[in-house]
Amino acid sequence: MSTVSVAASQTPRSSAGPYRRAARRFFSNIPAVAGLLVTCTIILLSLTYPWWWQFSPNDIDLRAINQGPSATHWMGSDGVGRDVLARTMQGGRTSLLVAVVSMFISMFIGFIFGAVAGFSGRLVDGIAMRIVDLAMTLPPVIFLLVLASIAGTGILPTILVISLLSWPVLARMVRARFLELRERDFVVAARGMGAGLPHLLLRHGIPNCIDILVVYATLQIAAGILLEAGLSFLGLGIAPPEASWGNMLNAARSTRVLEAYPWQWMFPGVVLVISVLAINFIGDGLRDAFDPRSDLN
Amino acid sequence: MLRYIVSRIITGLFMLLALSVLVFIMLRLTPGDPIDAYINPTIPISEEDLAALRERLGLDQPLPVQYFAWLAAALSGDFGYSIQRGGVPVLPLVLSRVGPTVLLMFTAMLIAIVAGIFAGIVSAIRKNRAADVGLSILSFLGVSSPAFLTGLLGLYAFSVVLRWFPSGGMLTPGQPYSTLDVLYHLIVPATLLSIAQGALIMRYMRSSLLEVLSQDYVRTARAKGVREFWVIVKHAVRNALLPVITLIGSTIGGAIGGAIFIESVFNWPGMGLLMITAVTSRDYSVIMCATLLIGASVILINLLTDIAYAAVDPRIRNA
Repeated sequence: MSTVSVAASQTPRSSAGPYRRAARRFFSNIPAVAGLLVTCTIILLSLTYPWWWQFSPNDIDLRAINQGPSATHWMGSDGVGRDVLARTMQGGRTSLLVAVVSMFISMFIGFIFGAVAGFSGRLVDGIAMRIVDLAMTLPPVIFLLVLASIAGTGILPTILVISLLSWPVLARMVRARFLELRERDFVVAARGMGAGLPHLLLRHGIPNCIDILVVYATLQIAAGILLEAGLSFLGLGIAPPEASWGNMLNAARSTRVLEAYPWQWMFPGVVLVISVLAINFIGDGLRDAFDPRSDLN
Repeated sequence: MLRYIVSRIITGLFMLLALSVLVFIMLRLTPGDPIDAYINPTIPISEEDLAALRERLGLDQPLPVQYFAWLAAALSGDFGYSIQRGGVPVLPLVLSRVGPTVLLMFTAMLIAIVAGIFAGIVSAIRKNRAADVGLSILSFLGVSSPAFLTGLLGLYAFSVVLRWFPSGGMLTPGQPYSTLDVLYHLIVPATLLSIAQGALIMRYMRSSLLEVLSQDYVRTARAKGVREFWVIVKHAVRNALLPVITLIGSTIGGAIGGAIFIESVFNWPGMGLLMITAVTSRDYSVIMCATLLIGASVILINLLTDIAYAAVDPRIRNA
């Protein structure tokens, strides 16, 4: 009995790698897993709705105007008889598309900006960080309004505006990580062997920033959905007839729709909040999962 | 302390200058020539007259020269004229909207701070009990719901279904001005605006207080036989408040964003509503003046928070 345990302790099994441990921590976090399930469901439903739902988002039916939820129109219909469920699903596609694409663009800008600031000398770093400070000083919505007034409405301008607004936070976090990284021996060694900036960024930078990037990506998708909805709500984002959660809420700015036809704005609103909530839960779960100290608590 | 304040003020001034450059560049990035907005398109105008007009307005000068001319005019209070409102000077127009916005935001912040800190304390003391779980779920919902949606829901609940409060505006039309009337119009939008910030303050207060409660000096206080109420109020909450103060300063930007949506939903005659109408009608001089004013006030508030923080925590000013 005792010999067995001694033998076992002398040849320990190789412990799980950091990614495996992070995954295990993530999947034992109930809110995060619930968020993941809800998010996947919403993505799946909005991607597949043309196959299981009889109405399409822009079908006008003048015999079914402003009808409440019923067996045919589960979420009712809007002012020109378009099906609210179909529009909500299509709106989900638009919102997710805008949020995901703008997330990638702003992640690219933020990573490069932060990495260059972190790896360069004090002058470049100082200037870069003052730019970030400035970009973070202006209230985001104000910046959003000014940019939107220049860029105009539509999917591409909206993506552009959201991307241009969102990178500074990431740049700051990446910079802090790179300041720490460049003193580490393996980076010093790589530099000594003549590694260029691309090699340093791809080989050493990205793997060591992966926790920051993954968490940022998740939370940024939620933020992007909110920003798109806000812009479209004000009539500056996605222009009708294209459906988005924001411009469906925009309909409620008319008192008549707000009072008499609440299903036209409440359903997209509820789906919006559920998605954002679910994605935020995933993001928080990922942050805890990547934090090596969280096992100690 | 004085050195710290002076250096912070200088940084703030530089930020303001950089902001004005940014605003100016954005002003010039706007589609169309500024001259198009100036001339009357129905009257034909010759190329020479156009060139002469450009020269008179200084539009033939290089951009940096134009910038300093614009800055000089802006500093003396001349931000140009509103195109949309038929040549009303911009600055008085924007300034007339500051009051309502400040009133709305100040009330909302007051509600957010009081409710957020109180809820945070309750949540931390009752950690993992029903009250904590309930408040945490509420705060998560509050952080995740955008202001325009809470605004719409609040408007629907209080003005449409319950009919307790008016559906918008700041005063009842046709009635003489009274403070009570303003308060009656103010309470719903201000409460709704406070939700996001209050939820954030609550979450910070909760985690900050939980951390403080595990400190040795709290254990010492308890061991001395200090009553639990005084341990919380005098020893723990005071120290837990520090990070919350910085948070309050740094959420001002977000609160301004929320105020824009709330003003739009409730037709509150403030900066946000002005800004939205200016953006939809491309009234650039109004947009730029409002942006600069908002940016300047955010910089000022951040400066004040930094100074307040340094006054409370001596470690900051020596760093």
